[in-house]
Amino acid sequence: MALFQPSRGSVTGAATFQPSRGTTDSTEASQAGRGTASGYEAVRASRDFWTIKRRFGSFVAPACTLFIVWYFLFVIIAVFAPGFMRISVFGDLNVGLCFGLLQFASTFAIAAGYRRWARRRLDPLADRLRHRLEGGRGQ
Amino acid sequence: MTGPTATATQAATVVGTPALNFSIFAFFVVVTLVIALSVARNNNSATDYYAGGRTFTGFQNGVATGGDYLGAATFLGTPGIIAIYGYDGILYSVGFIVGWLLVLLLVSEPFRNTGRYTMADVLDLRLKAPSVRAAAALSTLVISLFYLLAQMAGAGVLVSLLLGVHSSAGVDAVIAVVGMLMVFYVLVGGMKGTTWVQIIKASILAVITAVTTIWLLSRTGFSLPALLHHAVAASPHGTAVLSPGLEYGKNTVSKLDFISLALALVLGTAGLPHVLMRLYTVPNAREARRGITWTIWLVGVFYLCTFVLGFGAMWLVGDKKILSATGGSNSAVPLLADKLGGTLLFGIVAAVAFATILAFVAGVTITASASFAHDVYAGLLRHGQADPADEVRVARISALVVGMAGVIGGIAAKGVNVAFLVSLAFAIAAAANLPSILYSLFWPRFTARGALWSIYGGLISSVVLIIFSPVFSGQRKPLGGTSSSLITDPHINFAFFPLNNPGIVAIPLAFFLGWLGTVTDRQPADAARFARMQVRALTGVGAERGGRSL
Repeated sequence: MALFQPSRGSVTGAATFQPSRGTTDSTEASQAGRGTASGYEAVRASRDFWTIKRRFGSFVAPACTLFIVWYFLFVIIAVFAPGFMRISVFGDLNVGLCFGLLQFASTFAIAAGYRRWARRRLDPLADRLRHRLEGGRGQ
Repeated sequence: MTGPTATATQAATVVGTPALNFSIFAFFVVVTLVIALSVARNNNSATDYYAGGRTFTGFQNGVATGGDYLGAATFLGTPGIIAIYGYDGILYSVGFIVGWLLVLLLVSEPFRNTGRYTMADVLDLRLKAPSVRAAAALSTLVISLFYLLAQMAGAGVLVSLLLGVHSSAGVDAVIAVVGMLMVFYVLVGGMKGTTWVQIIKASILAVITAVTTIWLLSRTGFSLPALLHHAVAASPHGTAVLSPGLEYGKNTVSKLDFISLALALVLGTAGLPHVLMRLYTVPNAREARRGITWTIWLVGVFYLCTFVLGFGAMWLVGDKKILSATGGSNSAVPLLADKLGGTLLFGIVAAVAFATILAFVAGVTITASASFAHDVYAGLLRHGQADPADEVRVARISALVVGMAGVIGGIAAKGVNVAFLVSLAFAIAAAANLPSILYSLFWPRFTARGALWSIYGGLISSVVLIIFSPVFSGQRKPLGGTSSSLITDPHINFAFFPLNNPGIVAIPLAFFLGWLGTVTDRQPADAARFARMQVRALTGVGAERGGRSL
């Protein structure tokens, strides 16, 4: 994590907003909202935030599409084309059993891949933005 | 160790020794009680009570979430379905594991970053509407009660199977005592105590499942194909058990029903209130993410073991024996344990199954009570100005009430087949909760009106469709060997909705209503609120952190 080197300009929008005075309330607008609304807007307009948003979307959107399509492919084939699932791969092991096990494998792979990817690509940027918004305060 | 056991599987008899079963179970209760009491100190602030002080690590919470998720329906139900129907049981459990990806990728981190204790917190940050908070609280309570009822009624069957208590009053008394015990955990231990109960339960469950699986595989020289071969030879359906269709492939309606169930399973997990509330027990979103990946490993490996156990039960116990036992297909794993390891293993498996139900009750009880105290009492009745100590007091009182409702409901529903309630809880969670969660987090235009339409639309449509479905009345063909409809009298039939699971209608409807309610809303969405939501969700700014610094 600490080894991550920022690859793009990181001095965007930093001066244009008021840092909030470290609010810890996460639901009430009265404290966090009005005082720092312009701060949130400014962060949202900053290039770092744009990057984090784009990166998040570029992983999560395809990953979600992939696993949902893959899962429903399994369900639809199992329900409407059970004959395909009966084709033997090796002895009693047929396509259906392999397909089922692959669903587990793909779930593990996406989860592990996301965790690793997020730690390297999202967390450093998120930390930087958070520190900026909280005015260097925080843990 | 593997002394001779009663091979009796008839309804009126008991496998194993009730005294042994009971002492193993009592040991679990004592250990968890000691832990719940020892973590109970400093448990009076709202953050302590609702979120365990946000001090759990990702790994601990991941295991606890697994514990919260793996109810008796999973431990006993899934291998049971596999033992009877073979492949269709696998089909069923794939949805349970894949659904976690939605939690991990879309919900866990933004949710942890934008809420405090309940699901309604997240919607409120985005929409700032008391009516939305009320709607979210209502759906949380409905889902929790469905779940609680299913678990408590299941406990009744288990009590007579394990403890040799057969008189109706005896079973009622046991349900009442253990139900109150769990409520006591929640009252004293709060979220910290409940989390530790879940961690212990999940660990024991994982170890026992792994041991039983390895034990079983050692019978076939650790060869999976050999196990499948034996299972096929033992089943009256032959090789049909290795491919889909035995249960769900009968006709077009049952096929559609399965697709409906699949939709509910994959989308429901991300809307389950007790899963969502767990995300708040860790110090930050990163730990929440770490936790959910651990949960995926735990739950995934657990399900893979249940496949082996299911086919093992098909081979060693046989479906006739399973179906004629107390609890029907749910008895497959206990009977398999008896075949493998005799009374001792049976006792351990049975006690673990029972402990599973109890820990589950604790998890759901704290979720329901937190939602009532935090959303209804503090948020709505006190307009967010409640004294935190009062709020926690109300939470404890509502935990007592919810627990009582669970006990009374469990006693009333005892003997009725309510296992389907769990998959229905998933359908309601997917329809009532998920659309507004996703829209709030990711759709700039989303408004309070859209949220109300989607929550109430999803909640009402799914509950109404359940009432007019075969699970409520008019079904004759038994599922899993036990009685089918809730109303068993075949002459009463108002099931005009043919599917058991409402997901395929209710979930798209709720997403559509959320969209429609928003685009027809004259009030524009609050852009500043969405900006704040998005910045918070992705960066974690302003999120309440835990006591542990990272």
